[in-house]
Order: sequence, then C-alpha cells, then structure tokens
Amino acid sequence: MFESLSERLERSFKILKGEGKITEINVAETLKDVRKALLDADVNFKTAKTFTETVKEKALGQQVLTALKPNQLMVKIVHDELAALMGGSSVDINLKGSPAVVLMSGLQGSGKTTFSGKLANFIKTKRGKRPLLVACDVYRPAAIEQLRVLGEQLAIPVYAEEGNNNPVKIAENAVKHAKQQGFDVVIVDTAGRLAVDEVMMTEIAAIKKALSPQEILFVVDSMTGQDAVNTAREFNERLDFDGVVLTKLDGDTRGGAALSIRSVVNKPIKFVGTGEKMDALDVFHPERMADRILGMGDIVSLVERAQEQFDEEEARRLSKKIAKNQFDFNDFVSQIQQVKKMGNLKDLASMIPGMGKALKDVEIDNDAFKGVEAIIASMTPAERSNPALINGSRKQRIAKGSGTTVVEVNRLLKQFDQMSKMMRMATTGKFGKKRRG
Amino acid sequence: MGLFNLFNKEKKEVLDQGLSKTKESVFSKLTRAVAGKSKIDDEVLDNLEEVLITSDVGVETTLRIIERIQKRVSRDKYLNADELNSILRDEISELLLENNSSTTSDFSDPLQETPYVIMVVGVNGVGKTTTIGKLAHQFSKAGKKVFLGAADTFRAAAVEQLVVWGERTQANVIKQKMGADPASVAYDTVSSAKANGADVVIIDTAGRLHNKVNLMNELTKIKNVIQKVVPNAPHEVLLVLDGSTGQNAFEQAKQFTKATDVSALAITKLDGTAKGGVVIGISDQFKIPVKYIGLGEGMDHLQVFDRKNFVNSLFEQ
Repeated sequence: MFESLSERLERSFKILKGEGKITEINVAETLKDVRKALLDADVNFKTAKTFTETVKEKALGQQVLTALKPNQLMVKIVHDELAALMGGSSVDINLKGSPAVVLMSGLQGSGKTTFSGKLANFIKTKRGKRPLLVACDVYRPAAIEQLRVLGEQLAIPVYAEEGNNNPVKIAENAVKHAKQQGFDVVIVDTAGRLAVDEVMMTEIAAIKKALSPQEILFVVDSMTGQDAVNTAREFNERLDFDGVVLTKLDGDTRGGAALSIRSVVNKPIKFVGTGEKMDALDVFHPERMADRILGMGDIVSLVERAQEQFDEEEARRLSKKIAKNQFDFNDFVSQIQQVKKMGNLKDLASMIPGMGKALKDVEIDNDAFKGVEAIIASMTPAERSNPALINGSRKQRIAKGSGTTVVEVNRLLKQFDQMSKMMRMATTGKFGKKRRG
Repeated sequence: MGLFNLFNKEKKEVLDQGLSKTKESVFSKLTRAVAGKSKIDDEVLDNLEEVLITSDVGVETTLRIIERIQKRVSRDKYLNADELNSILRDEISELLLENNSSTTSDFSDPLQETPYVIMVVGVNGVGKTTTIGKLAHQFSKAGKKVFLGAADTFRAAAVEQLVVWGERTQANVIKQKMGADPASVAYDTVSSAKANGADVVIIDTAGRLHNKVNLMNELTKIKNVIQKVVPNAPHEVLLVLDGSTGQNAFEQAKQFTKATDVSALAITKLDGTAKGGVVIGISDQFKIPVKYIGLGEGMDHLQVFDRKNFVNSLFEQ
C-alpha cells in the first residue's frame, strides 16, 4: 500500500540528490512534486498545502546541519511531519466499563460490519474479554444475517431482534442483555448513513444518547477522496467520536485519507483493516505508517507479528539445536509452518524495507512452500533427522514420492545445508550476538 | 427547455435532488473563487484549481481543464470572470463528450440479444448488489423478465441480500450455497435464464480489491464460463465505482478493465458526496462510458447517465 506515494516522493527526492544544501530554489521544485504526490494520494487539498509549507520551513531552518545529505534530511523531515500529522503515537481503544459499549458509525460500504466482526475477534483473542455483537442495521437487506454469519464463524454471540425496526431500542435491550449475561464488551453495528441524511444522523445521535458508549468509532474507506475530511468532520460534529478506523488498506496504492483526517477532526486513527479475513486487523501506528509511506518498510510490525506467532520455548530449543549442529528437516518444516502462520506472504514481504515497491506487481503464491513440504514429507523419519543419510537411491525414491525430480531434491538439500551453516554462524556469534524470534 | 426532452420530468427531479449537494458546493466554491474579480488572473485560476481538486477531479484533469481555459482566455481575450461558470461548463462538457458519443439508452429499449447478460464487478462496498437491485427493478418495470445470479459466494449473507432484492423486484435469483464456485453459479444462472426465455441476466460478483491478482483472475474465469452458454455474453461488464472514491477510482477502472474488458461504469452514492468530479476525470482518461448513476437508496434512485444533462445539472442556476 501507499506504493505510489512513496514512489512519487522518492522521485521528488532524487532531484535533491547531489545538492550541497537545501535552499529556497532547489526545494521549490521538490515541494511542488511532494504536494502533487499528496494530492494524487487523495490527501486533503488544505492539508497538503499546510504540510508542504511546514516541510519547507523546517527544511530551510535546518540548513546548518550539513552532516546529512539534503535528500536524506528531506526524507527525515517529511517522515517526521507525516507521523506528526497522523497523530504522533498510537492511541488504544477504551474498554473500561461493564459492559464497555463500542458504537460503529460511517457511510454505506465503508466496512462497518466486517470491522465489527474483526474487532470482536480482536477483543476476544488479544484482550481476553467476552464481546457481544449487536445488529442495529435494520435497513440494508440481509445486514443482520451478515453479522450473524460472522458471529458464527468467530464463535461470538450476536444480539439481534427480528422484526424490531427501532435501532435505539435494539441497542438498549442488547446492553441490558449483556449486563445480565456478563459480557464485557458490547459492539454495536449500525446502518451506513450519509452525513447529509438528517433523519439517519438524528437516529445515530439517539443511539449515542441512549447508550453513552465508551468508544464511538468512525469507520472510513481508505480509498475515499477529498470528501473523507468533510464526512469525518460532519460525523464528528454530531457524535464527537473517539477514534477512526481505516478499512481496505490492503488493496490501496494510496490512502491520503489517513493523512488528513486526524489533522482536521483531531481524533486519532485507532485501527486499520488489512484484508478480508477476520484477523486482518492492525492497531494503527502513525510512526510505522509514515515509514511505510516513505518505503522504509514496517519492520516493527513484522517483528511483532513474528513474536506473536513464535513459540518462545520452541525457539530456545531450536537455537540450542542449531548451536550443536543438530538442525534437521523436522525443525525446517516446523519453521515453514510458523512462517505460514504469520499470514499472507506478500503482506509479510512488503513490510521489509524496500520490498514494497519491488513487490508491487508480483503475486507471491501462498503455496510457495508446497513443493518443499512435499519433498520433506517423502523422507523417512530417519532421513529427516539425519539428512546426511540421503544418498542417490534415496533421492530417487524421495523425488518419486513427492512428484518432483532429483534435481529439485538436490536443490533443497543444498539450500538446507547452506541455511543450517548460516544459522549456526548467526547463533554461535560469529556475526555478533543475535537473538532469535 | 428543449434539451431536457430526452429526460422526463420525474427523472430530472431525482437527478437535481441527488446532485444538489454537488451543485451547491461546486457553486459556492466557484462563486467565492471569482468574487470581487473582474478578470481571470492567476489567483482566480488558483482558486479554480482548488475547486476542481477538492471535487476529486484529479491533478491531471484539473491541469488540463485549467490549461484549456487559459488558452481560451488568451484566444478570446475574454477577461470577465463573471462568465467563468459558462466557460468551465463548456470545457467540462467537452471533456465528457469528447470520448465517445454513446447515445442515451433506456430500460425499455429493445435489447440487442436475449438473454442480455450484464456482469457486475467492483471493489468491496461500492454498492454492487444495491445497484443490481435497482437495475432489476428498472428492467422489470419496463416489462423485461429478469434473472439474477448470486455469484458473490464469499461475503457473509451476500446471497440473502440479493434474494431480498429478487423478491422486491420480481426477479428470479439463481443461487448456490456460500463458498460455492462463483463461475459455476454464473453458468447456472445464464443457462437457466436461456432455458426460461429471460430478457436480462445480471450476475453479482464478490467485491475484490483490484490488486489481488488471483481474485481478478477469478473474474476472467467467470466471464469465460458465461461465454460457454451465450457466446456474445456478457454483453455488458459493468464496473461499479463509489462516487466518494478519490483518485484510486482510476486504478480500479484500469485493473478491472484489464481482467474483464469493462464496457460501462456505474457511479454510486452521488447523492451524498460533494463530488461527481470523479466522473469527469474518468471520462477524460478512459474510453469507457459512464452508463448509470446511483442517487439514493430507493429502488428508483438509479438513472441512465446522460453527460449533457449531468453537466447542465451541475452548473444550472
């Protein structure tokens, strides 16, 4: 995501390369390009203007620092300003209260129902609380059914009242129900509505009044154009919401809405939706997002995701084995499985600095490991724990069993050999002390 | 007004109502832009740039429009900023009409072949199913026999949503269970429509982001499978775009066209946004006509797009 913005910025910065210092003249052309890049990314017109002015001031003010090259300095300034614009540090969701009530709001098709499911799943699995989903979209055909199906998938209860057309009443009853049944968090999904629809805006204001939610979230499609800011402002005036959720960020080449909304309504972006699966939800980190925009990758998110999935016990056991040169194909397979657990391979790869751009048009097959797994599965337990056993006739048998060729088996054995050597060097400290996981 | 003979009065009212927000904001901005000015100078052009960009027209198209206005000003020695409105209207009309002069069609027009198959594609949440419901209503109202294919087998309750629309519009809905192969649903739908002498078939597909190659390939497959039943089908591949989408709409148009040869666009949710600008930009850069616009949640809030009337509605005083 954001590839095009970072590409554009990269190109802009190239103009500055080779210049000795930032001057009014050499910065003007770059800033013009920065502004254009921002506008192309749907950053609000006024925000883009203010932003380039701030960057210019900072850049000219920092002339004295000549240790850095001007383009490096500009990248730093733009990065810092982007992060500042998006809110500096991340803000957590407020789940205090018994039950805590979370109210969704937003336009049609922004992804409220899908996000409600993801949030419930997040609260259940990451926060260890008991959530209740409430279906208050009584207008769109099958909206209630949609939430019900999601609830079933996630094994999270859904409160709905068939035949009741009053969302305020449904919401009130749901909270009562949650109190009786001891739910910790009530997530109220509502119908999509336009900010100019007076009747519908009054309705959601009434829901707010009846429930006094701990957290009102405004859900917005990250592909929204210049109007994102206006819509956010109007919803904010009516609801004084607590946070913003940016959806569909996995598909976008841009996402300027993220840059503008906080600066205009002064409310933090709390979550981002990054896929259609129910666990495709990330906490929003302004700093990391700025890195991502600039093509600096998102190593922190990657490491965190890895930490979540990797079993520490297992990691310790493994590093011992590597140190003793006992790393075998059983460990190799369990490594592959752990990487696969971390999620979509392309998503993972695009978090590595510099990879986002390179991978723009590449589709990484999630089955990339299939051939390797097949080969290993065709080995005997003895071969797996002692690869040195594998001779010519064994190779032929393995190739036949896995539907591959001896060449492929050889390639895997060679890769495996190199890999275990590398790992040993890394863990035994030849390349300096390095922690695993 | 003679111009509006094509458009009956009832339709015109819905269009005006739906676009009133767009109109107001373009107007109030434009009025502010030219207020107190007696000639078109750089400041007026700067303000004009702001007006167009904040309407999501896009940087490229905005620059083109401004360039054309500058040229025209220097050619005509036209200095009075009061008439900027009419110049702007001319220039935008030209951008829209330049592409191709597809004639205004209507739901009651005879179809080139039956069953006439429309395949509907787009990213998540743009309003594909709602648009299909509205289309089904219009075609049914015009006396056509309509079949709907529930090929969105991915999103929770998408099939149920289409079934509700089928009930509302007296259209037959062909469905399988959730998670079924969408191409197979499309095949069933077109076959059944052909066997039952349907006039119009509309295939709903799951929303997908245009950068997911595998999902885009799936669309190509659905399209190919439909052709096995009716060789000329789909007669129309309709890409639905959310009217509040920004510059990403261009990328959507590009990628979906690559996968399915999009032949027409539907722009939805034009009743609520301050834009419609996205229509101008896309018409300018793609040779795909905008065919329908969605102007509200009611069954009747869908219209065949007419460029001339659209621009007039935008700038009418």
